[in-house]
Amino acid sequence: MKTWIAFCATLSLIVLATVVQPSTAVAVDAMEIVQKSQAAFFEAGQDLRARIKMVLMTREGQQRLRELTMLRKNFSAGEQKYFLYFHSPADVSGTIFMVYKYPVKDDDRWLFIPALNLVQRVAARDSRTSFVGSDFSYEDVSGRDVEADTHRVLRTEALGNRQAVVIESVPMREADYARKLTWIDQTTFLPLKEEHYDLQGELYKIFTADEIRDVQGFPTATKRTMMNMKTGHKTEVVLESVAYNVGLGDEIFTERALRRPPEKWLK
Amino acid sequence: MLRRVIFLASALFCFHASPLTPYASRASAEELSIHGFLQTNYDTRLTGQYPPNPQGGDLLFGEERFQLRLGHSNEKVRLFTRTDFFYDHVANRPGVESREAYAEGSVGPSDLRAGRQILIWGAGDYLFINDIFAKDWGAFFSGRPVEYLRVPQNAVKLDLGTTGLSAEIVAIPFFQEDKLPPRNRFVQFDPFPGVARTAQTPGLGIQNTELAARFYGTTWGFDTALYFYRGFFHVPALQANQTTSPTLVTETFPRLAVYGASTRGNALGGVVSAEVGYYDSLADRAGRDPAIPNSSFRYLAGYQRQLWEDFTIGLQYYGELMLQYDAYRATLSSGFPGQDQHRQLATVRLTQLFWNQTLRVGLFAFYSPTDQDYYLIPEVRYSITDNLWVSATGNIFGGRRTTTFFGQFDADDNLAMTVRYEF
Repeated sequence: MKTWIAFCATLSLIVLATVVQPSTAVAVDAMEIVQKSQAAFFEAGQDLRARIKMVLMTREGQQRLRELTMLRKNFSAGEQKYFLYFHSPADVSGTIFMVYKYPVKDDDRWLFIPALNLVQRVAARDSRTSFVGSDFSYEDVSGRDVEADTHRVLRTEALGNRQAVVIESVPMREADYARKLTWIDQTTFLPLKEEHYDLQGELYKIFTADEIRDVQGFPTATKRTMMNMKTGHKTEVVLESVAYNVGLGDEIFTERALRRPPEKWLK
Repeated sequence: MLRRVIFLASALFCFHASPLTPYASRASAEELSIHGFLQTNYDTRLTGQYPPNPQGGDLLFGEERFQLRLGHSNEKVRLFTRTDFFYDHVANRPGVESREAYAEGSVGPSDLRAGRQILIWGAGDYLFINDIFAKDWGAFFSGRPVEYLRVPQNAVKLDLGTTGLSAEIVAIPFFQEDKLPPRNRFVQFDPFPGVARTAQTPGLGIQNTELAARFYGTTWGFDTALYFYRGFFHVPALQANQTTSPTLVTETFPRLAVYGASTRGNALGGVVSAEVGYYDSLADRAGRDPAIPNSSFRYLAGYQRQLWEDFTIGLQYYGELMLQYDAYRATLSSGFPGQDQHRQLATVRLTQLFWNQTLRVGLFAFYSPTDQDYYLIPEVRYSITDNLWVSATGNIFGGRRTTTFFGQFDADDNLAMTVRYEF
């Protein structure tokens, strides 16, 4: 009887090992790829300065333009600070968003309104909030905690002239998608394309990296588009004059800098 | 009227067609920036009741306004002016208002800003404890764009510090009182009806210079600040020349010191904030002079949270605890409405954005359980293009009595329309 139990136990262990091990290995790989992708897309360099043009387009073709300077600096333990200064349109000119981004806990976010000389603290959930009315959410702009989703490698395939790993991500915490597919470039680890599916399983947002350029040795997606399939609204983003490791000081990411923006970096 | 419309239309056209488009102004942004707006702003009373004078008609407020913002800066110095040119249709006259005009320079970790400027601080949303800077309640109550709640100050401001503890120290040599809703336009409670008034504002001088300081920093994700102020009450205290049948009332501004603190940061899935302040009525600490406000302790707590996409709710609770209340009660003239010892106020702000955040529908509501009065501000604003927006704002007052802060404006419910073209 004992032998029988021991045999059964051994057999089940072997079965478990063969069944569980490969999928765990794939899960680890998928997580690693997503981490590398986040690092390449959101964390390249020690700091970054870029002039960004966003064009918001309705299905009917009406356009709105947002032009801003983004200053981003990486800190220890995955913490990042963003300083986003709006140049246009005229009614938001001089408005500043400052974000302290943490890997797990909620971001700290401030808004400076120049007409009121007012610094506000902003309550907003990243995943569900559109960034300045565009089709990008805050998470699309500054990244999502990789551990908030489970990731799985589906396949590898060519996308254009690049070889990509297709990753499926299913959220464990609040997200604006029920399932997301990401085509990650095997060489640069930049996301080339994303498909966001809603609870009904319908495709509702498509992200594409339309132009990838090498900037100081960092592959950078300098043109990006997010298309909302349900509304037909889309947002095109162009990064101009991108520069890494420019030496942004910590004093840029303070309340005082909101009231007196660092002109040197905004020209 | 027609001539004014033609003038504004041609000015608009010139700005649209001239080389001073946003692109051109941005091209030379290093040296000189030119921005501004053209605006029409009309506010109609909805109650059919008027104050008895020529300016108290259906039109509570009406104007065309042109704002020009000029900025020049280099590494060391920044010059900035914000000037408004307007035509007031209630008073039937044109006017010019300098909203800001200052020079600013940096030396090491300190900045000095001197000139006319907008000052603001504190953690409240339309509730002010340590923000003692002058407000224009008339502008606010008539649905003008919210920046006009702020009265510019002629002041010198020193900013110190960088990443750790920072400080703002302000000296205001030219006293500026709060602008209350004008009596000739708003129906409101007057404790001395028909009695002539005069004002006695603090004159220019070292001993009358208002001093305000804020020391602030962020610890554990909370923006925390300490405040100090030494100056005057900004709402006039009324001093009658005799207790029975006065013939003259003098608006005075008694000396005041305020000590306070505030904090705000992420908690409970949103942003929480808290602020306290001790109002030290320097001229009447014992509370025996009925013409001088008593000392008080004030507090507020707030919570703001996004409930779903593009919908945010903000809640606040505010209280004002009058000190030496017995002395106040004992000296209050008979026939005068008394204040509660602990006046309380709750506010709600609801904001929903639609159509890629181009349409904003909002409501701000004040309700005082102690005064039993309320003030509702519904608002709709739509950005037609990047440069052109239109808004409608209601101001609805009410309450059990017509002697309380909001209740007295019961007959002034109004609806304001604003159209603004920004460049």
